[in-house]
Amino acid sequence: MRILKAIVAHPTGRIGAAIIAIYLLLAVCGYFGFTPHDPLQQFRVDRLKPPSSSYLMGTDLFGRDTASRLMAGIGQSFIIAFASVGLATLLGTIIGLLAGWWGGLLDGVFMRSMDMLLAFPAILLALLIIAIVGPGTATSVVAIAAVYTPIFARVVRGPVLTLKRRDFVDAARTFGSSQGYILSRHMLLNLVAPLTVQVTLALAWALLTEAGLSFLGLGTQPPAPSLGLMMSEARNLMQQAPWLLAFPGLTIMLGILGFNLFGDALRDILDPRSQGRSS
Amino acid sequence: MPYLARRLLTFPLILIGVSLLVFFSIRMIPGDAITAMLGTESGLLTPVQRQALAEYFGIDQPVLVQYGRWLSGVMQGDLGLSVTHGRPVLTIILERFPLTLELALLSMVIALGIGVPAGVLAATQSERPSDVTVRIIAMLGQSTPGFVVGLVIIYVLSVYFGFVPTMGSFVPIWVDPLANLAQLIFPAITLGFAFAASVTRISRASMLDVLSDDYVRTARAKGVPKLSVVWHHALPNALIPVVTLSGVEFGYLLGGAVIVEQIFALPGLGRLTLEAIGQRDYALVQGCVLFIAFNFLIVNLLVDLAYAALDPRIRLGAR
Repeated sequence: MRILKAIVAHPTGRIGAAIIAIYLLLAVCGYFGFTPHDPLQQFRVDRLKPPSSSYLMGTDLFGRDTASRLMAGIGQSFIIAFASVGLATLLGTIIGLLAGWWGGLLDGVFMRSMDMLLAFPAILLALLIIAIVGPGTATSVVAIAAVYTPIFARVVRGPVLTLKRRDFVDAARTFGSSQGYILSRHMLLNLVAPLTVQVTLALAWALLTEAGLSFLGLGTQPPAPSLGLMMSEARNLMQQAPWLLAFPGLTIMLGILGFNLFGDALRDILDPRSQGRSS
Repeated sequence: MPYLARRLLTFPLILIGVSLLVFFSIRMIPGDAITAMLGTESGLLTPVQRQALAEYFGIDQPVLVQYGRWLSGVMQGDLGLSVTHGRPVLTIILERFPLTLELALLSMVIALGIGVPAGVLAATQSERPSDVTVRIIAMLGQSTPGFVVGLVIIYVLSVYFGFVPTMGSFVPIWVDPLANLAQLIFPAITLGFAFAASVTRISRASMLDVLSDDYVRTARAKGVPKLSVVWHHALPNALIPVVTLSGVEFGYLLGGAVIVEQIFALPGLGRLTLEAIGQRDYALVQGCVLFIAFNFLIVNLLVDLAYAALDPRIRLGAR
């Protein structure tokens, strides 16, 4: 509650939170089909219609409603972004916790493996995974998760190295707490703040990467709607139907902006040293 | 062990790790190299022909032997033969690399040229309208994907100016510098936009930190003019994080700006990798990925060395 109040009080944090809330609502509506029209239905007589009262954001080459496809696309992008960041957080936290806690050989093996993954530019690592498994939604989730897992592992390992030497950990050991209990209760609770900031910023990057992969034809496959795919389809029609470019472009930009603003505000709130520096 | 020595020692280990990862990832693709090369026609091969081809490509050997042979080839500059191009992989990569390198350099010049002055301005005018404006633009820049910026540029150029950037073939700078610039300037602006936003944000944050340091306050107290304090005393130290960020971003760009190269139809390294994936040309995919990862690692190492040279605390292992 304290953090929520702080975000509402934060000048850019509340804008970010509002954008995310609106997008979440649109994503849920889009995913469960509460859209003005069926996103896949083709109104052949209404092809490439500009925005009107019947089609709020116009129609595409196949006469499909852009607004409905955008809502479904936001749903699809959010599922991929949340699933990939969730997977990366889970794997990264486990790796970072174990490496930091046990140290020694395990730390060396885990963290050098993470360094190897970090040696690839993000989009290249995603492309390599897609080359192996083939394009698709599940592959996008795995590819984006592979990019962010090393980052989460690093974010977790650093504080664990410091925390494990603190008095409260020795006290917990003295009281007979098991390693599992110390790791899951004492360590994880102390990692919530840095992890929350990282998750929010990673969501912004995951949305960006998902849109990029779909734009290249390597993410969500047609006819399923996806923001990046819609931009890609609009490329050859931008002169006749600029709305096909404008609406998905603005939607992607605003969504990423929302998570960036929210993440920066969280960082200001949870790490007062960064106050005013990040934005 | 000092940070630099540790960094230099782990570098070859990471290189070997990356080569292992690339080699074994490509071999995880279903089907063998012969099927990958011949596609459905591989079904027409007799067992004897298949065996002969397997021996020719060396895939009848244990996988570790294959790795050893491949690695020794890589060390001698032999990245294999591209099935779709029918030419050595390294030759194709080196043909595409100048474009990618030039694009990365041009983007970096744009990003630093805009980002550093904007960041310094915002920090010195902290919380005033000019600071707020710079921060809003930087945040928008960081939130806009390259393909959105690129497509908007193409739209504005074609609809309002009747100009379409040259696409397809690449004109090297030594052949026609003006045509080369006309071809690369818009992709470079596209890439430089988000890059400049990051540089602005980090320059501002770093400058704010430095401006509150004691030595800057002392210089001000001594009556050094404000402009001199900012540019001569504060900026050199504030630029240290900018060097790191620029180096890492440059490393990414050397990997080929896949999406921007695709939008502007530029035959760079990123597009080559993308095409190789589409054509299932695994030798080429493997070569491109290794080449890009190698560049990325080298650039990161150089950035760390530069960082250490600029900041003695790191050089002496106090990190």
